[in-house]
Amino acid sequence: MTLEQVLFGFFALVAVVSAVMMITGKNPVVSALFLVLNFGALSGTYVLLRAQFIAVVQIIVYAGAIMVLFLFVLMLLRPDREQSYFKDKPQMKLLAIIVGVLMLAQIAYAVLSTTTGKVAEEASRIETGTIENIGRELYTTYLLPFEAIAFVLLTATLGALVLSKKKLD
Amino acid sequence: MDFNLSDITGYLPLVILAAVVLISLVIEMYIKSAPKILPWLTVISFLGLSYQSLLTIGKPGSFFNNMLATGGHVNIFWFLFNFGGAVVALITIDYLKKTEIYHGEYYILLQSSVLGMMLIAGAKDLIMVFVGLELMSLTFYILAGFARKRLFSNEAALKYFLLGAFATGFIVYGLALIYGSSQTLNIDKLYEHFTFESKNIVGIIGLFLFFAGFAFKIASVPFHMWVPDVYQGAPTSTTALMSTVGKAAAFSALIIVVSPAFGKEKATEILTPLVATFATLSMVYGSITAIMQTDIKRMLAYSSIVHAGYMLIGLAAGNKEGIDGVIFYLIAYSFMNLGAFGLISVLEGKEEKNLAISDYTGLGSKYPVLAGLLALFMFSLTGIPPFAAFFGKYYVFMAAIRADLLWLAIVGIAASAISLYFYLRVVVVMYFGKDESKFEVTSSNPALTGIIVSALLVILMGVLPGSIIDLIAKF
Repeated sequence: MTLEQVLFGFFALVAVVSAVMMITGKNPVVSALFLVLNFGALSGTYVLLRAQFIAVVQIIVYAGAIMVLFLFVLMLLRPDREQSYFKDKPQMKLLAIIVGVLMLAQIAYAVLSTTTGKVAEEASRIETGTIENIGRELYTTYLLPFEAIAFVLLTATLGALVLSKKKLD
Repeated sequence: MDFNLSDITGYLPLVILAAVVLISLVIEMYIKSAPKILPWLTVISFLGLSYQSLLTIGKPGSFFNNMLATGGHVNIFWFLFNFGGAVVALITIDYLKKTEIYHGEYYILLQSSVLGMMLIAGAKDLIMVFVGLELMSLTFYILAGFARKRLFSNEAALKYFLLGAFATGFIVYGLALIYGSSQTLNIDKLYEHFTFESKNIVGIIGLFLFFAGFAFKIASVPFHMWVPDVYQGAPTSTTALMSTVGKAAAFSALIIVVSPAFGKEKATEILTPLVATFATLSMVYGSITAIMQTDIKRMLAYSSIVHAGYMLIGLAAGNKEGIDGVIFYLIAYSFMNLGAFGLISVLEGKEEKNLAISDYTGLGSKYPVLAGLLALFMFSLTGIPPFAAFFGKYYVFMAAIRADLLWLAIVGIAASAISLYFYLRVVVVMYFGKDESKFEVTSSNPALTGIIVSALLVILMGVLPGSIIDLIAKF
């Protein structure tokens, strides 16, 4: 076994165990913390896939910013009533099972039908996922979408202001 | 990347509009007389850009590493978006003052929305389609809720946002699956790897999801449930924008992405029935439900669903005539609906009064000009010959017949016959009802200018349909 395989095994195990712990946990705050662990393990697997930038973003954006938001909401709102959510609404449980089966079928299809082909060669180089490379792509090939997204963000900011500011003069 | 400054003439409209958005932001922030400057800056820049788009119509080009195409149909769409945007801005000027919701941001959002539409129409890459669509949809959500103190407007914005985000999810998922199966996002190369013959299920599902998402955006049954509430609740000027150029932008994305698939043998077997089903459902459901409406904005919302059905016929035909017909129809539909909503916004009283069809009783004798114009737009929406929509329907139905879809054309004609009832009811109420209209109309010169320009365009397209369809068919 190479070091890569050992590391993959480790990260994968952590990710799966933390995911299971997350959905079985009784306390929402503990669940949220397990989700953070899950994100950390996932970003480890991203590094193994030579996607260093995505790994860093995963930690900064998901584990950092979004989970903090999650935890704040959980601590402030104390959603105790949600524990009996599935007991009150048995039909939602059925829906959840259907969606779960669909997702599983999708992943199974993707895994079984994947052929290791031409993508592997280019993606296996270490430089592919570096920030430098992604930055270069953003400012050359994807320059126009990049600029357009700037306008999307501007519009969203403006909209948040228009819709929610208490007193618009 | 090779960057050539002389290229800029091709995509100049985009650069100018982006600059106008930023300049308007600064004006709104720092200049006291912004309420006087902004509307006219918007109108003038839109008119200038629509002229510029027509100037460069014969110069095809692709820019930014094949992300953006210009020339031909793209420029026709750019003309439509900008000219429609100018008419909307004209309608908006007095409407916002009357309903006391004036904020300069309305015009900035209007400009960004048109910028997004232009990006969609010019897209050569699925990423551009998506980013442009997001830019357009985001502004629509905000503009729908622009009357912040009115409950209906809030409801419209929230409903549109939640369902629109759901539709966007469909589209993104579809794009991901398409990318996974074709290994490219470039629209020209899209169908090289991903073919219908090879039973590439992932890609086909992706295309279906993409189509479903855009069926939401063009307001086609069965993704229509948001249309009546949003069109009714949003400020009338916003409804005018969403229902006309917004629909045209979504259709331009469908034309760019879905219509190239029709060339393939197997694709026609799968895609044509799908699109034809959507078209049939929209036409039948929309025209039957519209009969029962008592609110004019709601009635026009259902009419918008019916028209989406007619236009889908052109897409289902899958031939070049069909696409040209759809573009002609989109231009015709945009201007007659802009005119109709413009008139509604002029007639509308404060706090959403005078919106029931029965309120229009006796309008013909009290305000003959307004009533005459409204009658003209209603005739045109029905598809009565001297006006634009008749030829729009004619081209679309002919394309369907040429593609061996005679039954679809017949359904279309039947739906047109049904729609005669609810459009002409407005005319009948206006001219033959007893004069009971209690309301005073505050005349609005800018809005009337926009409405009359739309009316002239509708008549022009009805009188000279040949030269316009020739222009469209040339590319």
